[in-house]
Amino acid sequence: MSSPDPTELRRIKWRCRRGMLELDIMLQGFFEQRFQALDSQQQQMFTRLLDYPDQSLLEWLSTHPDNADKDVKDIVEQLQHFNSADA
Amino acid sequence: MKLPHRRFDCLVIGAGGGGLRAALQLAQADLHVAVVTKVFPTRSHTVAAQGGMNAALGNVTPDNWHWHMYDTVKGSDYLGDQDAIEYMCRAASRQVIELEHYGVPFTRLEDGHIYQRPFGGQSQNFGGDQASRTCAAADRTGHAILHALYQQNIRAKTHFFDEYFAVDLVRDEEGVALGAVVIEIETGEVMVIEAKTTLLATGGAGRMFRTSTNAMINTGDGMAMALRAGLPLEDMEFVQFHPTGIAGKGMLISEGVRGEGGYLVNGDGERFMERYAPHVKDLASRDVVSRAIAIEVREGRGCGENKDHVLLKVDHLGADVIKKRLPAIREMAIRFGGVDPIESPIPVYPTAHYTMGGIPTNRYGQVVAPVGHGAEEEVVGLYAAGECACVSVHGANRLGGNSLLDIVVFGRAAGNHIIAFLKENRYHRPLASESIDMALARLSKWRRPGDGESVSAMLAELQRIMEEYCGVFRSQEVLDEGVSKVLALGERLDEVRLSDHSKVFNTAFMEALELENLVDVATATVVSAAARTESRGAHSRLDYPDRNDAEWMRHSLYSKTDHQLDYKPVRTKPMTVDTFPPKKRVY
Repeated sequence: MSSPDPTELRRIKWRCRRGMLELDIMLQGFFEQRFQALDSQQQQMFTRLLDYPDQSLLEWLSTHPDNADKDVKDIVEQLQHFNSADA
Repeated sequence: MKLPHRRFDCLVIGAGGGGLRAALQLAQADLHVAVVTKVFPTRSHTVAAQGGMNAALGNVTPDNWHWHMYDTVKGSDYLGDQDAIEYMCRAASRQVIELEHYGVPFTRLEDGHIYQRPFGGQSQNFGGDQASRTCAAADRTGHAILHALYQQNIRAKTHFFDEYFAVDLVRDEEGVALGAVVIEIETGEVMVIEAKTTLLATGGAGRMFRTSTNAMINTGDGMAMALRAGLPLEDMEFVQFHPTGIAGKGMLISEGVRGEGGYLVNGDGERFMERYAPHVKDLASRDVVSRAIAIEVREGRGCGENKDHVLLKVDHLGADVIKKRLPAIREMAIRFGGVDPIESPIPVYPTAHYTMGGIPTNRYGQVVAPVGHGAEEEVVGLYAAGECACVSVHGANRLGGNSLLDIVVFGRAAGNHIIAFLKENRYHRPLASESIDMALARLSKWRRPGDGESVSAMLAELQRIMEEYCGVFRSQEVLDEGVSKVLALGERLDEVRLSDHSKVFNTAFMEALELENLVDVATATVVSAAARTESRGAHSRLDYPDRNDAEWMRHSLYSKTDHQLDYKPVRTKPMTVDTFPPKKRVY
């Protein structure tokens, strides 16, 4: 476990704001409830995931997690799991 | 205090489809263009527009821009300006081809022509058979358009200020727009971007409602900037609601579910649409279904702990049908509604989708405002395009497939007018310090220390008030109460305090500025709605169920000063063809 400094946390939180409501809810919910408990490698993976286009994120996080790029696949699976458990 | 300055020929605020289309036109003309955007450009709400873009290409059914114009005028419930609508519908086909050249992969027919799908409200031959007019890039049209425009802008060397928040417009004593005060979110530094021309393209304001399909970024920033700069907002009472959003969350459950045989039930388990529309029942038009749901909830027949929604039942269709025909809906219901529709009904409530009103412009994208008690005039140097603007092509109700068209056509038109304007106005005017000082004073107000109300609590309260008092259930009593509640909440903005005063990446501060914007825009909406004593398009009043053309075929203009309302006539004269006179709107 590690915790990025507060500025970095706020930066990541802002980047969870997307062009689609579905992504806002999935990413912001995960960020607020799970992010700080991730290890630093997973945290980096999450921030890397935020660099992908909205359309890819929507596809991976809703219907096709298997299509996710290898370098973010783990975190996509966690997000998927989180969001269905959360629901 | 000496602020950092940057100078450009043109400042574009907002990087959705409208802003990027304008910026591209300008950058290709070798102008020095800045785009300010609070999130990365490709994360603008344009990505959420999946349906497509209307153009009378006639690839699937015979078609004609004039038929498209008729449908748009009728769809607007005769509140749309017919010159702007003619301009848009005439321009549509060329814009589709142009977008294709920019790299938008429109879906094709087998013969190689662009595929076009049928959509509600589209007809052949002025109200005849269904037309297929909507061009789409699979189910990601908005995304494809936004990405293509962004790539073209990078190539044309548009300068992007990513993650900068626009605070207020700068205008001089004569009212000429000179740019904007912005904050770099990363550093918290305030900067003035001076520009010979400024275009607002900040999108809609759906977040003023609790249940909305809009992304969190849709907080009406540009509309509120216009209000604070002393400009009016037009037709803000017209907000398009979709009847079945996931309750409390807002995302759409499409009409397709009811088309497949799904139906709505209230807290008593009653199939209540039978009372409101005995023949078509759950397949009644959007506004009828929306209002029925709101009435059920309001009269205490809602479902759930707070009785604040109704249920959309589909389990009787059987697992096979649901899995085969409604897989995406099922996925969404599980994820966001917390229920598997195979087993349990989906909690739903009407969800705010699109803001028809906005900053008044003419068909060149120039912002126009009344001067004193006289006719309206252009605001020199100021433009607006897309959902934040009211040109007005959507009037009282927008047709599906016309919003992507609107942003592309009027983003481009604004770009062209700016190019012509800059040929005549080659130099920067002296910067006016007064409006900069006002913006700074507003910002410093938020630095007050101490405890107070929280931004998130006040936002939630505003959204609840708007949903309850200015949603789909509208009557004089309800709206008047809404006006006083929103005004009272606005008074309390002074009591809000930030718990975090750090400079760097202070997202709480940005959210406070967004709240301030939403309060201004919500006030405009509820005040305009309370005054309009008729039902037209999306503005549907229980106490005035009919359209009243004699008194109300006019645009509302709300101003922040004393919350005044003014009105202006609808532009019923098209550019070249005959006027479409108002008729009863039946489908």
